[in-house]
Amino acid sequence: MSFFFETLAGGLLAGVMYALVAIGFVLIYKASGVFNFAQGAMVLCAALTFVTLTERDVPFWLAGLITLAIMVTLAVAVERIVLRPLVNRSQITLFMATLGLSYVIEGGSQFVMGASVHELDLGLSDLPVAIGPIQLSSFDLVAALTAGALVLALWLFFERTRIGVSLRAVADDPQAALSIGIRLPVLWATVWAVAGFVALVAGLLWGARQGVQFSLTFVVLKALPVLIIGGFTSITGAIVGGLIVGAADALAEIYLGPLLGGSVSTWFAYALAVAFLLVRPAGLFGERAIERV
Amino acid sequence: MPPAVAATFAPGRRVALPTLPLRPVGLSLLLAVTFVAIPLTANDYWYNAILIPFLIMALAGLGLNLTMGYAGQASLGTGAFMAVGAYATYNLLLRLPELPLPVSLAGGGLIAGAVGLVVGLPSLRIKGFYLVAPTLAAQFLIEWVFNQVGWFSNYASSSAISAPRLVFLGHDLSSPAGRYALTLTSVTVVTVLAWRLVHSQTGRNWRAVRDGETAAAVIGVPVARAKLSAFFVGAAVSGVAGALWAFTYLGTVDARSFDLDRSFQAMFIIIIGGLGSLSGSFIGAAFIVLFPILLTHLSNAFLGGGLDGGQISNLQRILFGALIIGFLIKEPNGLIALLGRLRRPAR
Repeated sequence: MSFFFETLAGGLLAGVMYALVAIGFVLIYKASGVFNFAQGAMVLCAALTFVTLTERDVPFWLAGLITLAIMVTLAVAVERIVLRPLVNRSQITLFMATLGLSYVIEGGSQFVMGASVHELDLGLSDLPVAIGPIQLSSFDLVAALTAGALVLALWLFFERTRIGVSLRAVADDPQAALSIGIRLPVLWATVWAVAGFVALVAGLLWGARQGVQFSLTFVVLKALPVLIIGGFTSITGAIVGGLIVGAADALAEIYLGPLLGGSVSTWFAYALAVAFLLVRPAGLFGERAIERV
Repeated sequence: MPPAVAATFAPGRRVALPTLPLRPVGLSLLLAVTFVAIPLTANDYWYNAILIPFLIMALAGLGLNLTMGYAGQASLGTGAFMAVGAYATYNLLLRLPELPLPVSLAGGGLIAGAVGLVVGLPSLRIKGFYLVAPTLAAQFLIEWVFNQVGWFSNYASSSAISAPRLVFLGHDLSSPAGRYALTLTSVTVVTVLAWRLVHSQTGRNWRAVRDGETAAAVIGVPVARAKLSAFFVGAAVSGVAGALWAFTYLGTVDARSFDLDRSFQAMFIIIIGGLGSLSGSFIGAAFIVLFPILLTHLSNAFLGGGLDGGQISNLQRILFGALIIGFLIKEPNGLIALLGRLRRPAR
């Protein structure tokens, strides 16, 4: 039984990381109705920039600041060059644009900084820690705590501050929000910059775990089921969805994988997401869409 | 370009209704060139590196275009449908060797269509962008199934199984020219069928559902049937393309050649070529196939081979991505609309 709980706890810790990435999506989705496929590319870009700088003996704090500055610049550029001309287009068009954007960012990062796998050592030890009868990795624990703290901070920021209120207004009705004087471009740039920051943290944590390499971009493919389960418009939903996907993934891999003869984690989260979609199309915490002719 | 596409992908734009892009003269000229002139002049490099992949990717894009461009049902499962077509045709050839090659090909397409129908079932409840989820689920699940279940690959020890020899009516079609002839004939037949379908009541129902689902339902268009038939036909066409990809292009059946990137490629083809346009699929595929070759030649010519293969493929990613964004912003109806305007500048 303790093995079950160990698997569950490991899955939940991974789930916190999924939640962190998913929040980056939710913010952008709420502000501009875009499912930002380029989030994975942003994670890669941030991690690659950071690791390239530290390998040239730039201290951690400075590398972090420079990377953050690059991510914010990138965010503002995306808002100007890609999003603004596509205002009022259909969701699927915006999605395809971010797909193109992810190609640009991926190709650009690798063109400048190379495609080889980098080791990233954040100085976190990876030792087993016993909590009651359960053994957990200390790295996973610290990573989950960091992600958890960030998730909480973002939740407070976007639920309790003025910017958060404007964000909700824009998500609810962009035209009404504009007419009462909310500056949409500023809000968009803010949200994309925050998403860039989230990408940096996620890239560092995941990069330290599995090496900084191209596969970091696959984060985006894990985040889509999280969003579908939690709902695209809810930060709470992203957290709960992340935990569900993390736990379900880990349990399915251990208990379902051997039965089906192989790694099921590539598709299990999606099967779960489709099941959720059929029962609750708006997700657990999403807002129901009202349709008019 | 139907106004419908404009309404879906660029509100407020209105474009002229589609005419047959090629008049009978042009059409017979095209057929004469592709069936007679090319086989007389082309060499093996042209067949293997350009003509065959171009034709097959055009067909794959055409399949997605039927589902997404005409019926408005977004799908990221093209790669999976291609895989189903390839494996189904392989198994038909293997287990029912008495069937002639065209029947096995068509059978592979129909099986892929049936899978597409099942994948399309959630479209009855889920709309728009959310459809990406079930089609992505299918993409991952199907790739996984073909890698895991040995029966599909006849328990081959390696994951890439070599395709059986292509024989039709006693003729061996294994030479590049033979494989080109087989590909071209299949693509022509499927394209003609698709053209007929698009201009029938089914095609009109698809466009009605795409442009306004609720409105279509109100005037009595069978929405569910239109959606499911769009998934069936689109997946069947992609399935034939997948079978051709395995048999006439690669020569091996391998699930890894039908991954998510293949689905993206099909989507890029129809964005660049033109959503909701059959000839757009061909123009988009030509672009996708020729562009990397051109880029390699250009970098060799101007940079003297100073860039290695990895850098060129990175450069290619950047340019591709930028082009996608550019097309979505400036020309959401694709190259085909651009060509149409060039031909009728006065309007």
